[in-house]
Amino acid sequence: MAIPALNAAGPGSPVSPLDALPDAPTRRPVAARQNAAWTWARRSLWAWPFPLAVLALWQLSALWGWVPEQVLPPPAAVFKVFGELLASGELWDHLRISMVRVFAGFGIGLSLGLVLGGAMGLSPTFRDYFFPLFKAFSQVPVIGWLPLLILVVGIDEGLKFLLIAKAALVPVAINTCQGIQNVPNRLVEVARVYGFTRWQMLRRVVFPAATAPIWNGVRYGLTHAWLALVVVELLASSEGIGFLIVYGRQLFQLDVVLAAVLAVGIVGFVIDKLLAVSEAWLLRWRKPGL
Amino acid sequence: MSSVNVQRNVFQKVPARLRGWVLPVLILAVWWAVVASGASDSPLLVSPLAVWQRGVGQVVSGELWVALSASLWRMAWGFGIGSGIGLAVGALLGWSRWAERLVGPTFHTLKQISLFAWIPMLSMWFGLGDTAKVAFVAMAAFFPVVLNTLEGLRSVPREYLEVARVYEFSVWQTLRRVVAPAAAPSLFTGIQLSLIYSWLATLGAEYLLASGKGIGNTLIDGREHFWMDLVLFGVVVVGLVGFVLNALLAALEKRLLAWRDRTIARY
Repeated sequence: MAIPALNAAGPGSPVSPLDALPDAPTRRPVAARQNAAWTWARRSLWAWPFPLAVLALWQLSALWGWVPEQVLPPPAAVFKVFGELLASGELWDHLRISMVRVFAGFGIGLSLGLVLGGAMGLSPTFRDYFFPLFKAFSQVPVIGWLPLLILVVGIDEGLKFLLIAKAALVPVAINTCQGIQNVPNRLVEVARVYGFTRWQMLRRVVFPAATAPIWNGVRYGLTHAWLALVVVELLASSEGIGFLIVYGRQLFQLDVVLAAVLAVGIVGFVIDKLLAVSEAWLLRWRKPGL
Repeated sequence: MSSVNVQRNVFQKVPARLRGWVLPVLILAVWWAVVASGASDSPLLVSPLAVWQRGVGQVVSGELWVALSASLWRMAWGFGIGSGIGLAVGALLGWSRWAERLVGPTFHTLKQISLFAWIPMLSMWFGLGDTAKVAFVAMAAFFPVVLNTLEGLRSVPREYLEVARVYEFSVWQTLRRVVAPAAAPSLFTGIQLSLIYSWLATLGAEYLLASGKGIGNTLIDGREHFWMDLVLFGVVVVGLVGFVLNALLAALEKRLLAWRDRTIARY
């Protein structure tokens, strides 16, 4: 760091070797940013050789007839079918139906989960009464409830909404409950010292402090909802992205199956990224290192 | 929140230990009452007694045992294979930055694909038999183990490794004395998740690749014949197995990771 006041001590004073250095404080951020961008670019370059090699091997194995096309269609065929499904709008139709199901089910599960988790977190009495039953209910996975629900509500949309709602409800409720219970006691004590009303306590202390775990639950909830959707559509559906997979399988068109699997993966990826971004936005008030 | 005024309502008069039983008993009572009153003659409305009798019948005839052992056997194989490969891959990714840079992004993209979406492909490759089911369970077990192994190895504090280097630990000693203990909690989380996923996947595989015996097949049987009592019994068994798996793992974790509490308690 160059310090002008010292360097200008007097004529003939030896020039500090520090003067020869570039002005570090002003340059460093830019350099760091460039560096970060550069490392990021290099990192993402590294991500490509492996999948490309796999794809190339896969394509070549089809080309040289190592595996019959009926068993593993080459990637080129899969991408072609994917493009055709996109262009014809068929993929969009299935995706739209699936998305409606996911978000309707997720919406129900999320609101119920928040209410239940909030009640269990805030009231120990309610938790004593309700938690064992809830625990037993959550012990059976979505796929275990499926035959029971098919008998009770049939295989219409109601079944899909209910199962997806169940998938989303459990992680949301558990994380909300634990998030509220884990609010540091000292925060609550400070608020009490300041004479916060019950509402202020919830609004200013409990909810902000529990946002991160609750959001974590929401993330898991949406991921589980997507997983449940695929299961339900595979088993009991005549439309939707899961049905497209079953349909392709029944016709022995594995390129359709793989194209639909690709679509499932892309949607899962997008959902995950959206949630990560929204989490960063939601928790932007948190200082790093907290 | 504050309980300065000790004003107890009806709900708080019940002793805390009994509170958890109130709702289940109430539900059972209402269920029983509805069946007994004969308000509905739907074949789906079976009495709790019928479920109990069906359960006893399944146990006595040995059918439950056949189905359950088939399911658990599948699960054990799939879990063993999947978590074994998962540990190896996770260790490789955690140990070598190069491996992580090369394979990591592909792995993180693949894990986004909803697991069950693979079943139709697997049925194409391996048929409807046990091979396909075990392969699917192995896939389900694989992902959480890789993720948590990787996380565990990454979370070994650099200082620990430096200390190990200063003391000139051999690679084996470093692994055994430094890396393994530091990564153990995360590894355990991976195993735990993977076991739960395996159970889920076993059921899923039995539904979607319906052939042979298994708890999933029991449930499907019940559904197809409209035997509500069998379906309800199956749901209870599925829940119990999940519960027992969780309890076993919790006990094992307590035992294996007991040193964690000891070290903290010493200070």
